[in-house]
Amino acid sequence: MVGGGLAGLSAVIKIAEMGGHVDLFSIVPVKRSHSVCAQGGINAAKNLKGEGDSTWQHVDDTIYGGDFLANQPPVKDMCDAAPAIIDLLDRMGVPFNRTSEGLLDFRRFGGTLYHRTAFAGATTGQQLLYALDEQVRRYEADGRVRKFEGWEFLSAVLDSNKVCRGICALDLRSMQVHTFPAGAVIICAGGIGAIFGKSTNSVVCTGSAQSALYQQGCYYANGEFIQVHPTAIPGEDKLRLMSESARGEGGRVWVPKQKGDKREPRSIPESERWYFLEEWYPKYGNLVPRDVATRAIHKVVYEHDLGVEGQPMVYLDLTHIERAVLDRKLEGILEIYQKFIGDDPHDVPMKIFPGMHYTMGGLWVDFKQATNLPGIFAAGECEYQYHGANRLGANSLVSCIWGGFVAGPEAVKYAVSAPPATNGCFEAERKRQEEINARLVKSDGTENPFRLWRELGEIMTRNCTVIRYNKNLKETDAKLHELLERFQHINLSDKQMWANTTFTFTRQLYNMLQLARVIAQGAGMRDESRGAHYKPEFPERDDKNWLKTTKAYFAADADEPRFEFEAVDTSLIPPRPRKY
Amino acid sequence: MPDKTIILKIKRQRDPGSEARWEEFEIPHRPNMNVISVLMELALNPVNRQGQPTTPITYDSNCLEEVCGSCAMLINGKARMACSALVDQLEQPIHLEPLSKFPVVRDLSVDRSVLFENLKRVQAWIPLDGTYFLGPGPRLGPKAQEEAYPLSRCISCCCCMEVCPQFNEHTGFVGAATIAQVRLFNIHPTGKALAHERLQALMGDGGIQECAFSQNCVEICPKTIPLTKSIADVNGQVVRQAISDFLFK
Repeated sequence: MVGGGLAGLSAVIKIAEMGGHVDLFSIVPVKRSHSVCAQGGINAAKNLKGEGDSTWQHVDDTIYGGDFLANQPPVKDMCDAAPAIIDLLDRMGVPFNRTSEGLLDFRRFGGTLYHRTAFAGATTGQQLLYALDEQVRRYEADGRVRKFEGWEFLSAVLDSNKVCRGICALDLRSMQVHTFPAGAVIICAGGIGAIFGKSTNSVVCTGSAQSALYQQGCYYANGEFIQVHPTAIPGEDKLRLMSESARGEGGRVWVPKQKGDKREPRSIPESERWYFLEEWYPKYGNLVPRDVATRAIHKVVYEHDLGVEGQPMVYLDLTHIERAVLDRKLEGILEIYQKFIGDDPHDVPMKIFPGMHYTMGGLWVDFKQATNLPGIFAAGECEYQYHGANRLGANSLVSCIWGGFVAGPEAVKYAVSAPPATNGCFEAERKRQEEINARLVKSDGTENPFRLWRELGEIMTRNCTVIRYNKNLKETDAKLHELLERFQHINLSDKQMWANTTFTFTRQLYNMLQLARVIAQGAGMRDESRGAHYKPEFPERDDKNWLKTTKAYFAADADEPRFEFEAVDTSLIPPRPRKY
Repeated sequence: MPDKTIILKIKRQRDPGSEARWEEFEIPHRPNMNVISVLMELALNPVNRQGQPTTPITYDSNCLEEVCGSCAMLINGKARMACSALVDQLEQPIHLEPLSKFPVVRDLSVDRSVLFENLKRVQAWIPLDGTYFLGPGPRLGPKAQEEAYPLSRCISCCCCMEVCPQFNEHTGFVGAATIAQVRLFNIHPTGKALAHERLQALMGDGGIQECAFSQNCVEICPKTIPLTKSIADVNGQVVRQAISDFLFK
């Protein structure tokens, strides 16, 4: 198992429960994985509010929200399983918020008209991860799970038939490379935020593992679909998420109607505020899906020139909601704002702006979570399966857990019938990785890896997020090519082979650059607008030509991606126009 | 250098076997910086205050939102998270040191695996029958949730252990974080099943009686977890358990 977030831990629990043995690799102690950052909740159509919600409605919202790009059967399986997953998490002790009758409470989230989101305060991801972490610790105490925390996945060990036989990993303290045999390997490596420089993702979300596998022959699907969260708090070191639950609990987005209005926000009368989401989308209001809200904010700031204080920011206002309600339901996230910005959102509207948040794309997998390389499975954000062209809020946690629950047993099934491994491939892969490391340490050029990273983040954020133009995408790919050239002249400012974070970052950077080309080129090819992918030159969805999964593969001889396209399984819900 | 700069003194150590030494840095000031963004700036331009090239600082970090618990360190002598330490609220020069009660890996990075071992020792989990479908969990009122939730927000940063005078090699004290987790699992209707084992694990050397009630833990906790209340509560449970073990064994 590579990765110990929600998806990884879910799969580990299933395998251990089946009597299997797991080696669990994680860069950070698994309890510190990025899943802890998920705030608002987890979707399941439990229909506990008398609204007539159903799992079928959850399927429809997810497919429609994803602009019909997701293969529909696995989405249906996930939504059908979601209510039982919530019950299981409840049994594991997750402190979900409760109703007065002692039942689970549900809140509203974007892209649905139902109260479908179970939540534990505003730290749902943290609470879910801890519950799974505790169960894994139990299996660890039983000897079924061995944890390798402080290890980084470098590559899969493939035999001469391209069958996966194990992994090659780096000990982040000793900087030694080791190989580990396995009957099957599951990749749950999470997101790729670092490719965009600053994002809402954690530091470890570099996409390095996915990229390494793509360079070894795995397909990478729908890479061009990047979710930009409408409400992030701009920061020097990262963009901090302000959860959608703030709007789910009644938060309103607005700007002063008058350009450059310098008044203190609370002194601006209602009639002089523009609640543009409520005006443009009367049915869903502030709870339109993320891609729609993000483009609306961009439009208000850049086309109407109405950013707060002339800056790229809008207000997210909770001040009309009772303090006790906010404390009970949103305390964790309001505390983040107060700690990092210094203003109290109970009293002052928050200033927010869209920020890179999630990749819908990822390793291509089949309906059993298997990649195209035999023996390698994937689950969680690092694969592409459940969210189509745009993910609905609070669907990520359920897709992680469900993906892990499928991948774990499927990997066991594969492993028990896998033919025995040959030894030579382990030695060969270890040597290959050690040579890469030796070259990197010896390299004495002039390029600083952190500076290259900054340039990567700037161009990807500018050209490959909210609005995409073909000319800019072409420029981006040329720039990425240039950065890969310059990478050959890198100079590590730290050459000591002990806990060398510069070294590991530089290895990740190379993989980020390779994967960035998949995103930029994939976006360049897709001449339509669908979900999070928006091209003003092609503003409509084009099902005739583009109702297709993008599949990138690495052409090693040319050192760049090649593309294939695959029909989308729309066997359950015929595509219809997406209009909120 | 621009007019406004940030001056730092960072305690550095090459590896666990080396001596620690201080190194000074001066970098341009920008508004809204936190300690993490300062460390990122140093990686971008690893030169010390004397103008000599040096290595970037090794430190633990991940979420940068004070929820993963990675980036705890001593900042101007105080144990806290580097991500939520805003530069403009800190006195300069800013002193950064690794936590002092845990083995240093390198520079500001330390090994805190002792906490995870302690959680194993007290069986901090719900004894689940299995992940197959068994219907909903036990009904709980909002009050029960409101008691459990604050305890469940512990980020394992280990600040409470760092500041505890009793947490050291002599006592082997498990520390406040672990005791609060015992309270959390002992109030859960299913978790209760292991209450006896958990309380026994807190008896004897390194157990709850090592606590001298300095109350440092509750003051330092970045998540304002009711640690002293939890210790008092669990201590009562341990005493009752010890008496019952004595009377009915």
